[in-house]
This record gives sequence, C-alpha cells and structure tokens, in this order.
Amino acid sequence: MADHFLDMDRAAKEGTPKIAWCTSVGPAELLRGMGFLVYFPENHGAMLGASRMATDFIPATNAIGYSPDICSYLTSDIGSYIKKITPLQKAYGIDSVPKPDVLVFNTNQCRDVKDWFSWYARELRVPLIGIHSYRNIGTITQYEIRDIAEQIKGLIPTLEEVSGRKFDPDRFKETVRLSRDCSRLWRATLESSTAIPSPWTFFDATIHMAPAVVSRGTQEAVDYYQTLLPELKQRIEDGVAAIDGEKHRLYWEGMPIWGKLRPLSELLSSLKSCVVASTYCNSWIFDQLDPDQPFESMGRVYTELFIVRDEVYKEQYIKNCHQLFKFDGILFHDAKTCPNNTNNRYGMPERLAKKLGISTLTINGDLNDLRCYSEEQSKTQIEAFIEQLEERR
Amino acid sequence: MIFAGVDVGSSTTKVVLMDRDKSLVGWSVQRSGTDFAIVAEACLQQALNQAGLATNLKEMKTISTGYGRKNVQYSNGDKTEISCHARGCYYYFPQAITIIDIGGQDNKVIQLNEKGQRINFKMNRKCAAGTGAFLEEMALRLNIPLEDLEGLARQSQEVIELGSFCTVFTATEVLEKIRQGKKVPDIVKGLFLSIIKRVLEMDLLGEQVIMTGGVVAFNPYLKVMLEEIIHRSVWVPKYPQLTGAIGAALFAQEAFLS
Repeated sequence: MADHFLDMDRAAKEGTPKIAWCTSVGPAELLRGMGFLVYFPENHGAMLGASRMATDFIPATNAIGYSPDICSYLTSDIGSYIKKITPLQKAYGIDSVPKPDVLVFNTNQCRDVKDWFSWYARELRVPLIGIHSYRNIGTITQYEIRDIAEQIKGLIPTLEEVSGRKFDPDRFKETVRLSRDCSRLWRATLESSTAIPSPWTFFDATIHMAPAVVSRGTQEAVDYYQTLLPELKQRIEDGVAAIDGEKHRLYWEGMPIWGKLRPLSELLSSLKSCVVASTYCNSWIFDQLDPDQPFESMGRVYTELFIVRDEVYKEQYIKNCHQLFKFDGILFHDAKTCPNNTNNRYGMPERLAKKLGISTLTINGDLNDLRCYSEEQSKTQIEAFIEQLEERR
Repeated sequence: MIFAGVDVGSSTTKVVLMDRDKSLVGWSVQRSGTDFAIVAEACLQQALNQAGLATNLKEMKTISTGYGRKNVQYSNGDKTEISCHARGCYYYFPQAITIIDIGGQDNKVIQLNEKGQRINFKMNRKCAAGTGAFLEEMALRLNIPLEDLEGLARQSQEVIELGSFCTVFTATEVLEKIRQGKKVPDIVKGLFLSIIKRVLEMDLLGEQVIMTGGVVAFNPYLKVMLEEIIHRSVWVPKYPQLTGAIGAALFAQEAFLS
C-alpha cells in the first residue's frame, strides 16, 4: 500500500506516469492497461472513516452546499481536500492526495460518485469521463453488457489524449488477466470462512481487501493473496479460529462502519460471534473477467454487481451465501448516507428471516459520519440479538 | 437466598428483590443521575430496608440490566434490557405476546412466542421522539408538571394530531397550536397519540399486547388510547416500571438457584 501511494505521489510531482482517479468498481483495468497509475477516492474515503477524521471534514463540504444526507465518502473526501488534511500525511508522509490527469467514474455504485468527481473536475479543471450503469436490474441481457462494453471502449480516445499513448490491446488483456487472477484468489480467501470455525472475520477482510480494490490488475495484488490464502488454509488445517469458541456465525449486509471496526469486532468477539461473510467484501470478486473478451467481460462483471441488482436477485444472493457460509443471523447496517448500499429498507430483513428461519437485526449508522451512529444503543441491540440467538439454539 | 434484579435505565434505576418462591420482597426506584454505581447501591439499600433484610446481605445473587448494567459493582452478571423485559413480562403473561416498552430514552417492541422465546425485537432509531424524554421535554416547554400530563390528557375533548417525527419540530408545532388557541388537554392528548404512533410504526403487533415501562406506569391513559386504536385489550403487568428488573431477578434465580 505504501508503494501504491508513494509511486503516485512521485508521479504527481514529476508529471509521469499520468494519474487517473477511478471509482472503486470502475474500469480500473482499462486505465492500468493504458499506463495510468490509478487512485481511488473511495479508498481515501474509507481511510478518512477508519481514522475517524471524516466527521471533522464533512461539515466543510456541507457548508458549500452538499447535504449531510448524501454520501459521506463524498462529503468527507471533499472536506479533507478543503481542509488540506489527509490520513496519507501520517501514514506515508505524503502532503496531499495525488492530483489527477483524468477522472473516470462508473455510476454502478451510485450517482454520488459522478457528483463527487464532477466537483473535482470543476475544482482542478481536469477532464471527467465515465460509464453510466444500469440500476435495479434482474436478468442481465446481452443488451446491457454490450452497452457497457461500448461505453468502456468509448473512454479510450480521451484516455489516449490525456496519456499521450495509443491504446495497447495486449497490455490491456494482460491487465484483465491479472485482475481476474486477483479476483479468483480474493474469492478463495473470502470462502475460507466457510470453515467452521472460521479462520478470519469480516473485520479482517475489510482490511485485507485493500489490494483487491486499489491494486487489482497488478502482479502485486496477485502476490498478496497468494501469500494470504495459504496462511488462511493453514489456520483451517490447524483448527485456529478467529473467534475462540465460535458459537454464532453472522453475515454483515451493507457498508462497514469504518470508524467503529475495532469496537464492533471486539464486541462480537466477546460474544463468541464471528461475522463470516459480507456482501461488501464479496463485491470485489470479478472472476468472470476474461482476457480474451476484455471489454465484454468487464461489461458483464461491472453489471452483475450486487449493488445494481433488483431485490429478487439480492435476496437470492444472500440465500446462496447462507447455504455456503452457514450463518445463523444477519446484521443489516442501515447507512444513513448510503441508500444504495443499504438493503434493509424494503423489507428484506423480514423476508429473509422468514425464508431462512434465521434472525436479523438492523443497526442504524453510517459508513463515515459517526454523528449518525449511537454506539451504546447499537451495542445493546447487538448483545440482545446474540441473546436471542442463544435462546433459539 | 435473595435474588436481585437491577435495571439501570437512562432515566431511573430500579432494584427488585425476589425470594426463592419468586415473590417480590422489596423494591426501589431512584433517578439514575450521573453516577450509576452509586445510585445502584443506594437503590439496593433502600430495597433491602423495605424488605427488612440486612444491608450487608451475603446470600444474594444479582443480575443487572439497562444502559448502566456494566456499572453495577455488586452484580454477578448482566443481560440486556430486551431480554429482561421479555422475561419479566412472560412471567406475568406466559403466552405468545408483543411487548411495548416505553422507556426514558428508547422504545422497544419485543415479540415472544408461546414458549417465551424471543422471535424478534425492534428499538426506536437514534431519535428519542416518542419516548419518555419526549414527554419530559414537552412538559417543560408547556410548563406543566410531568405528573399532570395524565390527568390533562384524560380531560381532552378533541385530540390534536401532531405530525412531526422530531421532538424539536413537535415543540414548534405545539407552540403553533397554542397560538391557534387550542386547549392544553387536547395538545397533551396529541402528545400521547404521537408516542403511540411512533410505536405502531416500529413493528406489527401480535394478538396480545403488553405495555411496560415508566411512561405507561405514570400515564396509564396511554394504554386506553392504544386499546382504542388497535381495537383489542392491552395488558399491563402489576409493576410496569419494574418489569426489566423483575426479569433480571428471574434470570438471577435461574442462573444461581441450582
């Protein structure tokens, strides 16, 4: 991670290689395949959340007209820019986030990412291009896949102009292959928690997912998971549990509460409860990427995402996870500022509780804005939820 | 052997003492204040005095509950208030029930099956609208002693609907009603109705509904109003404010009697 940021810092200062900012589930493979270093503002947003700096910066963005009710990654990241403070300073000695040469979004996460990048495009006078995804879709047809693939291709002329380089199909294919390999390994590491007891937790995975998010398409990301996976397998073989005496297995649905990872992890650990799987960490599995069909397969994986699917698909997805990971409860995080990554608001907890015969709990909070989170109330709710699971054993 | 249940809530702390036969032999209620440990101790002493028991009782096992459950120094264990209210209610009404507990700063709707097992529970979201704190704030704004609200609500001839989710916005609405010349009893009944509406939007209610908590203990007219709205009888246990503490004492007995 240090190399990732230090390389970009150097490039930003020297003007080469060019830097593209990209949404977390954006066309990173194309950008990397065209020689850009890729920076992910959402990753910076998560860092602001995890370092509990976000809540200090959000008001600065509110003051320029961005509501406290919209994405708190957006408001904390822009606030961090306004205040000229970033966790990169403390972590890596870097003064500021790397200045972009181009901004590339994909609205598959939400509309907010486009608004977010648009602010920087105006502020920094940098070209803004992107992909407009389909939302709330059930069955995916060739129509959507072809359209997204064409939109990805349509980015190339601007990227060639900014980078000063011609598009190299072979380099692009190689990047797609590396991204696929990274994804396959990431899936395998996540599925290691099908073991009972689980060798790691969702909270561990939210940290170890960083290479899958920011470095997919590089050999380094592949190497990282090639190191991690055998460690997890060894833990399974040795019977090493992430939670000593694992009694309850849970699923986390929704965004992490970045500023509360440790207290939540410790609370659940004290209750002998292991969060074994999550939609969130699974959302960076793109193992259907195909180097022989790079555009089409990117069109497919970036359209098959959980977040852009309809309720029927989402429900079935979690049911499949239940079969695989054998959890006995689901924690839904209702993130105040992230409706797209919040799935309790249309009756899903009630439907899944009934269909799967398990208990569900909704925690009100937010990914970054800790003003939306009541620690004491959430703690009581989680403890009461585990007591309920005990009663039902 | 005496079994104690201590419910350190956001507004009040409750202690009950129970003997082997599950009879209540003493209890006490005090404001929780700022030092939960001290008030829990003071409450215990008061309950012991009331029961005529020695104040340095050694043969006692305690379970604590409520927001301050970890602060009770003489506790032998703790449980959440959701579990304790459920246990306390099921003790009085051993059947499938929906419990509505309206506390100082939170509301709970708890569903139990016929075996007393918890099926589900919901708590109010971050906002304290519809809780005891809401009534306290409104009483303050209206300059009416808290204990007078019940009597005023019963005098109402025409209920006034208050539309806001938010306690602060509701206060503004109340001021508007006063300016319009609405009668205070009607406004107070509107406040009670607001509490009920907040609860009804939390979860579906089962066939038999139980109400507990300090708010209904001091404002039993809420029960009457709820019955009128849901068209069926609502039961209230003998000591609605003590239900959580009673549940805790029952857990203590279960855990330590053997």
